[in-house]
Amino acid sequence: MNRLPYVCDSCTAQVARVSPRRPQSQLSRLTPLRRHYSVQTARPFRIAIVGSGPAGFYAAHRLLAKAEDAVVDMYEKLPVPFGLARYGVAPDHPEVKNCEEKFTEVAGSPRFNFIGNIELGESLPLRVLKPHYDAILFSYGAPKDKELGIPGEKAIRNVYSAREFVGWYNGLPEHRDLAPDLTAGEDAVIIGQGNVALDVARILLSDINELRKTDIAEYAVEELLKSKIKRVRVVGRRGPMQASFTIKELRELLQLPSVSFDPVPKDLFPSNNIISSLPRAQKRLIQLLEKGSTNDPSTSSKSWSLDFLLSPECLNWSPIYPYRLSHVKFSRNVLDPSDPHSSSAKVSPKYLSSGNRAQVNIPANTFFRSVGYKSLPLPGLEEDLGVQFDEQRGVIPNDGFGRITTPKDTGDTQRLPDGSLLSHLPGLYCAGWVKRGPTGVIATTMTDAFSTADTIVADMGSQRQHALLNSPGRSTGLGWEGVQAEARERGLQTTSWSDWEMIDAVERKMGKEKGKLREKFGRVEEMLEVVS
Amino acid sequence: MSFFREACQQLRHIPKTASRTYLSRPAPRQSLCLADSSRLQWSRRNNATWKTGLNARSFSVTARAQHGHLTPPKPGEEINISIVDKDGDKHDLQVAEGDNLLDIAQANDLEMEGACGGSCACSTCHVIIEDPDMFEKMEEPSDDENDMLDLAFGLTETSRLGCQVPMSKDLDGMVVRLPTMTRNLQASDFEQK
Repeated sequence: MNRLPYVCDSCTAQVARVSPRRPQSQLSRLTPLRRHYSVQTARPFRIAIVGSGPAGFYAAHRLLAKAEDAVVDMYEKLPVPFGLARYGVAPDHPEVKNCEEKFTEVAGSPRFNFIGNIELGESLPLRVLKPHYDAILFSYGAPKDKELGIPGEKAIRNVYSAREFVGWYNGLPEHRDLAPDLTAGEDAVIIGQGNVALDVARILLSDINELRKTDIAEYAVEELLKSKIKRVRVVGRRGPMQASFTIKELRELLQLPSVSFDPVPKDLFPSNNIISSLPRAQKRLIQLLEKGSTNDPSTSSKSWSLDFLLSPECLNWSPIYPYRLSHVKFSRNVLDPSDPHSSSAKVSPKYLSSGNRAQVNIPANTFFRSVGYKSLPLPGLEEDLGVQFDEQRGVIPNDGFGRITTPKDTGDTQRLPDGSLLSHLPGLYCAGWVKRGPTGVIATTMTDAFSTADTIVADMGSQRQHALLNSPGRSTGLGWEGVQAEARERGLQTTSWSDWEMIDAVERKMGKEKGKLREKFGRVEEMLEVVS
Repeated sequence: MSFFREACQQLRHIPKTASRTYLSRPAPRQSLCLADSSRLQWSRRNNATWKTGLNARSFSVTARAQHGHLTPPKPGEEINISIVDKDGDKHDLQVAEGDNLLDIAQANDLEMEGACGGSCACSTCHVIIEDPDMFEKMEEPSDDENDMLDLAFGLTETSRLGCQVPMSKDLDGMVVRLPTMTRNLQASDFEQK
């Protein structure tokens, strides 16, 4: 078990605690083992987790800790694990990535298998998995982002999706070749006021010499060094009370050295009475926003602003340089006067006394849209497993506890606290962004994944036959061992956890040579080369 | 795997006295585990016996990087605190000055995550100080800590991040509660955004 030589003793102990195959020694006979279910005691409970981001790993952690008979197979599209912890968390937030240590501990359990480089639904249909598992948990997140749907979004150059840009500077193979042109001019506009928007702004405004010590991709450093961007506007359609970024990200931007912040107009803030009666989190955020930055614009080399109550209408280019972005036309909004300070306040277009809509042009050479991530159904989700993806909300329909539901009556119905009925699809669960939408920090996803895992453990213990993916006796219970043959037949080259450890070691070594934390492989082929 | 199998098999060789003490520990919450026990509070009390057990087996492990683990308090300098876990069970602990609540909870197998490894970058080690006077005695939380607390579930007036609360003599007798992480579905979960 010296697979984890860098894990300290106490943590190894935690791995041991979730170890299933304890030898039948004095220890196990004398220990009151807690058994959580007894549907099929003859063999382990096999569960497939689709996606190896924080949701998948936290669910696996909880499952392995609470159900001694559970064996988890985690499937991942990329050869390497950790999802958005690796490819979404900003490189200058290495402390947030410390959760990977926990995940590594989880992966040390002998009841955990990692199967990387396998795209379920694409290269291997979901129906291949079904007969071999007792449950499948979907935690594949939100692999796309929402579009604005405005003229020029697709046709004009220098228009990027923030999600792709984040993937690009984080070394995500999918966006390795994005090659954003940051040399078009001084003005950048980001649409959307969430944490992704602030991450992008921070990367554009930060001192590159600080960034290059992180695990940011080397090719991104090169492009950022060439960047001419001096002003970043982060634009939202609603007001400061409705912005969805969190205070840590705001504070970081306000404290960036030699970056000034254009103060937010006073009239956008509610009166002091209202501010002091706000819930704590919102109050602190608004007060920080009011205070702004102490950096002097005259001595700062770059600046940024938060612009409120603006909806983008169209992207325009100048007649001199066709297809090169020059400005963005926005229409102004007003907040619903009946409830302008609520975080869910709606906006409507602002009209001038002439009856025309109030509009404004903002210069922009580089443009990012950052209006939210979007989940998609895995191919075959409906055909193979009967899951009807909720396209409107962008989630897999579920009962809030992680059980996947369907509008059809499957015979397994449950009454919700509000009295409505839900039909469950037995043995199918979801966690993370694909369950509750692309919002929240890692702590939110952790809580959410724990609740799904607790639900699975409860269902295992309830002896409800219908809690199983396959009717009793119909599942082989082989898990990955059963799926493997089919994967081989299709010529799929999968990666194991020890493969990842090799890739990890090489990445760290390459990073060390460059004086940084790690240098990620930007291409899948490069990763596979390490292990072949 | 072989490491644990070996470790478990080694247990057979523990002298009777040691193993009896081992099993008579108060309220074992988790199944027994070799390395685990060495960092439990009770082990300090039974230190002598336990050490004998270890020596008898001449058990050794390669030194590995340690992070966030506890220093045993010096005799006479113990600080008494209690942690109430998510099930409402109270755990009375004797701790050393300087250790923080996250490390203490984890070393005692209480359910506290610490996703960011105690670097004040998440809110998973959120704790609630039961006595407001005790809360007042502590140093004010920093802006960074408050920023993270703002995102915590079930935030209260006396909330802190466990990783940011080092033990001091002033905190003797402190009672800390771990918040329950349950979150009920809200209407806003179904709102169109």
